[in-house]
Amino acid sequence: MANQLFHCLSSLAAPPKLPDSPFFLMPPQASTISGEIDWLFNVILWICSIVTIGVIIAMAYFVKKYGAKSRIANEKAEKTSEHNTTLEIAWSVIPLVITIAFFVWGFKGYVNLRTIPRDSLEVQVTAQKWSWLFEHSGFASAELHVPVNTKVRVIIRSTDVLHALWIPAFRTKMDAVPGRYTDLWFEATQTGTFPIHCAEYCGRSHSDMWSQVVVHTQADFEAWKKAEQDKNDNTPPVALGAKLAQERGCFSCHSIDGSPKVGPSWKGLFGSRESYSDGTTLVIDENHLKESIEDPQAKIRGGFPPSMPTFKGQLNDKQITGLVEYIKSLK
Amino acid sequence: MATTTTTDFVSPEPSTTDNYLNNEKGLLSWLLTLDHKRIGVMYLFSVLASFALGGTFALLIRAELWTPGPTLPGVTADMYNQFFTLHGAIMVFLVIIPGIPAALGNIILPLQLGAKDVAFPRLNLMSYHVWILGACFMLLSLVLGAADTGWTFYTPYSTMTETAVIPAAFGAFVLGFSSIFTGLNFIVTIHKLRPKGMTWFRMPLFVWALYSTALIQVLATPVIAITLLMLIVERTFGIGIFDPALGGDPVLFEHFFWFYSHPAVYIMIVPAFGVISEIIPVFSRKPIFGYKFIALSSVAIAILGFLVWGHHMFTSGQSVLAGTIFSAITFLIAIPTAIKTFNWISTMYKGRIHLETPMLYALAFLWVFTIGGVTGMFLAVMSVDVHLHDTYFVVAHFHYVMMGGSITAFLGGLHYWWPKAFGRMYNEQLGRLSALVVFVGLNLTFFPQFILGSRGMPRRYYNYLEEFEGLHQLSTVGAFLLGIGFLLTAYGLLSSLRKKFDAPANPWGATTLEWQTASPPPYYNFATPPEVTQGPYDGYENLEYDEKIRGYVPTKA
Repeated sequence: MANQLFHCLSSLAAPPKLPDSPFFLMPPQASTISGEIDWLFNVILWICSIVTIGVIIAMAYFVKKYGAKSRIANEKAEKTSEHNTTLEIAWSVIPLVITIAFFVWGFKGYVNLRTIPRDSLEVQVTAQKWSWLFEHSGFASAELHVPVNTKVRVIIRSTDVLHALWIPAFRTKMDAVPGRYTDLWFEATQTGTFPIHCAEYCGRSHSDMWSQVVVHTQADFEAWKKAEQDKNDNTPPVALGAKLAQERGCFSCHSIDGSPKVGPSWKGLFGSRESYSDGTTLVIDENHLKESIEDPQAKIRGGFPPSMPTFKGQLNDKQITGLVEYIKSLK
Repeated sequence: MATTTTTDFVSPEPSTTDNYLNNEKGLLSWLLTLDHKRIGVMYLFSVLASFALGGTFALLIRAELWTPGPTLPGVTADMYNQFFTLHGAIMVFLVIIPGIPAALGNIILPLQLGAKDVAFPRLNLMSYHVWILGACFMLLSLVLGAADTGWTFYTPYSTMTETAVIPAAFGAFVLGFSSIFTGLNFIVTIHKLRPKGMTWFRMPLFVWALYSTALIQVLATPVIAITLLMLIVERTFGIGIFDPALGGDPVLFEHFFWFYSHPAVYIMIVPAFGVISEIIPVFSRKPIFGYKFIALSSVAIAILGFLVWGHHMFTSGQSVLAGTIFSAITFLIAIPTAIKTFNWISTMYKGRIHLETPMLYALAFLWVFTIGGVTGMFLAVMSVDVHLHDTYFVVAHFHYVMMGGSITAFLGGLHYWWPKAFGRMYNEQLGRLSALVVFVGLNLTFFPQFILGSRGMPRRYYNYLEEFEGLHQLSTVGAFLLGIGFLLTAYGLLSSLRKKFDAPANPWGATTLEWQTASPPPYYNFATPPEVTQGPYDGYENLEYDEKIRGYVPTKA
């Protein structure tokens, strides 16, 4: 039964789809600032393309026009001046003016990106190897659910190493730095789902540390909140556990088919007698599972690294019960 | 008759006896030599071997990225992470940093100065021995469970991972000393060993470039050394410097790391500017346009390069004010770089352009370096960088500069000075063909990566969204083409070594001093100390091509 449940949940496990974009070089513009950033990108693109093509054409033209016939012909180059002050000042000042314009526009955009509007909806995000957890409005989820046309401030923290929260469709990104809070803000302008990636290298499953932001209409957002509440209240424990295991990234380290990954497999785990790195053995029961979720370093299974983060405070009793019951169901 | 020096050409014809390559025999005569040319040759082959190793990892990376998720049998995400770490660390620390200064520079710099050797020959040999030691530590990491931190060693990941970070970091630490020794040696050599009549503004631009590079090597390298030492201390003794769990600050590591590693990109590219400035006038038969500007802009770039490290950290949480200052100074560096390019192009105006292999590489350099340079604009603009940071756009940008700029210039310089260093002409047709393959290969490899990046592909990814597969495959095809180009190049150059000495003293008709001694040069370089009476790129009209010896000789009055 649990396996079937996992299969219907596995649609969640598929990587996010790159949304269609009307722009070849950029993802869709789904936030208030993305238009202005793309505009600047395009201005730089045009100017730089003109400069590059100009350099290449000048080079090709000179090679063709002034190409020497052979070494034997001993042709001499025409004498030209070895520097030309007017020309050199011109091609110093013109790039300078252009780069000053780039700088000023870039500065304005950056200040806009870094100035968090005061009345924003606040979301806490926790980055850990290798999953995201978004918490707001009293709910926690692996995906970021936000209403459209609403300013959202995302407060970012990391429990282990550096990560970076990147939402390409919103053109914003911020590192998650252990030991301090960082933040970013956005205001989504269209509904839909958009990929979230980890952009700062964080080890083995860095490239699978994706999620997505789901932008709802205001009405859908309220409905989502209600449904979340119902799910927590009414889902049977095993199904709730299966859902949480998926959302909280348990499967990046624990398999349910018996194969060991970073941590022991959950298949047939409950009720088995296992040995621990401190030399003791133990029959795995509910209390041990609960302890391993809340204080994973308390007892380390022999042959496995002590790398599991704690979930204490991130899961309520009902949710822990769900996970324990789900693990019990994997015979 | 106004030739560049008062020295007569020793012998314009190929030397057959008693040159630096055959005056002593045996392995020890190489390993313990104090001759700058032999040390340069050993550096050259060590760098080329490292390049082959780093390139192998690059091909493994590209092959693995042929499809999303696992592609090559047996290559896990962990192994992929080790591949890109080793590729980056080897290419940066063992190839590009020593490539032009320590290999080509060691062979050519004293010759260009008309000197018998560098100022401190023993220090020079020690620099090579220390380099070998550092390289051994890097390889030790490879054997003990290669580091998987990326070449950037960012904390706290690098203090936590179970791979062999310490040997790799210690290797980079040791290699730093080799770099400092070479830099110090070059600074003193350029100050003290210039020949009579060679004022600062009569120095070849390659010498100016090596001088600027040496300043950065001496001033910046100690910072990375201390940083890596602190990383090792934190990992070994658990003393909290960077790890917040121990009371440290990971952003501090980023500051320390880039305080060296941004100037280090100028250690990698400024010597390339020097090589290009040598090749273009010689193959255009015209003095370089705007000599003083090119010379001084290398120094300006070296100094400004110290003040821009924070542009790697626009999304790290550093303050807006700091980011603004770093962005502004970054734009300032763009100006001298742009003007250099314009000067090189202007040098070709009304020249008589010969398209042998070195010039083809110089033209390829102008093309790809311009793309590498202008894409830096996107990244210097803070708001646009927030989107592009840590994506394939950045990967494409620095490969256009490092691979397209530094390596292309290195290959151009290698072909240019090959006849001088080894006394043999390489196969010209093969040289041109491989230059073309390298040029096509590198554009095909790295151009699609710009598009991948701006569309949303983060860097250092083992797995990726299916929609990116096509562009990744294009890039992989390019990488293998590039590999073929390098194999052709290697074959063309190395096969010439089987021939008898056949290179004339001055095959390209250059007027800098290294071409006024035999090819290969005698052990003491010059029979009599040369004297300089004019600029390094003056006097092409006083040389003429002699068909018999396939090289240039002074015009008979």
